[in-house]
Amino acid sequence: MTSESDDELWSAIGDPSRRRVLDLLVRRGEASASWLAGQVPFSRQAVAKHLVVLEQAKLISRRKKGREVLYQVDAERLDQATRAMAELASQWDRRLNIIKRLAEAAHAQTRAQTQEHEA
Amino acid sequence: MAEFQIEREVVIDAPVEVVWRTITEPEQIRQWFADRVELELEPGGRGLMGFEERAHPLVVEAVEPPTRFSFRWNHPAGQEPAAGNSTLVEFTLVGEGERTRLRVLESGLELLAWPVGDKQRFADEHRAGWAMFMDRLARLLAERPRE
Repeated sequence: MTSESDDELWSAIGDPSRRRVLDLLVRRGEASASWLAGQVPFSRQAVAKHLVVLEQAKLISRRKKGREVLYQVDAERLDQATRAMAELASQWDRRLNIIKRLAEAAHAQTRAQTQEHEA
Repeated sequence: MAEFQIEREVVIDAPVEVVWRTITEPEQIRQWFADRVELELEPGGRGLMGFEERAHPLVVEAVEPPTRFSFRWNHPAGQEPAAGNSTLVEFTLVGEGERTRLRVLESGLELLAWPVGDKQRFADEHRAGWAMFMDRLARLLAERPRE
């Protein structure tokens, strides 16, 4: 089951040229639509459309600087994100390692008992 | 639909039946997961994982001894967990002779991450959610072949 907002998110990052725009913003920090258009093999209109979709999906924000509009990905959130996801993954690693120790200890014990019984 | 998920795996020197007990018996789960564990081991069964003062309810989805065990949690208080409002934790056990390959997959993380509409309150309660999404996104970008 997927809601309209999920669809919005998925179409936002699912499109390879949109990811290209996002990737440029991640690397550049902040950029205008015309700078972005100069970096990609598709039209300025296409870049503008991608920016609208990315902004609607709250992946980027914009600010005005003089007559220019600059777009950016929130670096703090990205950093926070990296740590949160890494923490979740390492939580599972820790859990799996304890499961491994517990199961191996239980198995070794059963085996020892069996051998004792057989002896 | 693609999903945001975490997948981890470990190979254990014990047969699947032993590993199965380790991941499904409450007194064993207490040693690797939560301080307090309650679990009705049947599809639709209720459970609880308690960490210090917090208690997270869960609902069992699949119980197929000794190869599959899954549950849903992280759903909003007062709601029944289902696809779309919770994360799904799935354990898969594959016997390889005397050894077991144990895989865990936690999926649905994008729902923790996407503060829209009726998910707003839920997202507020899971502040790391947005962060998780952004990291996954960063990884998607990193995995993209560079020209």
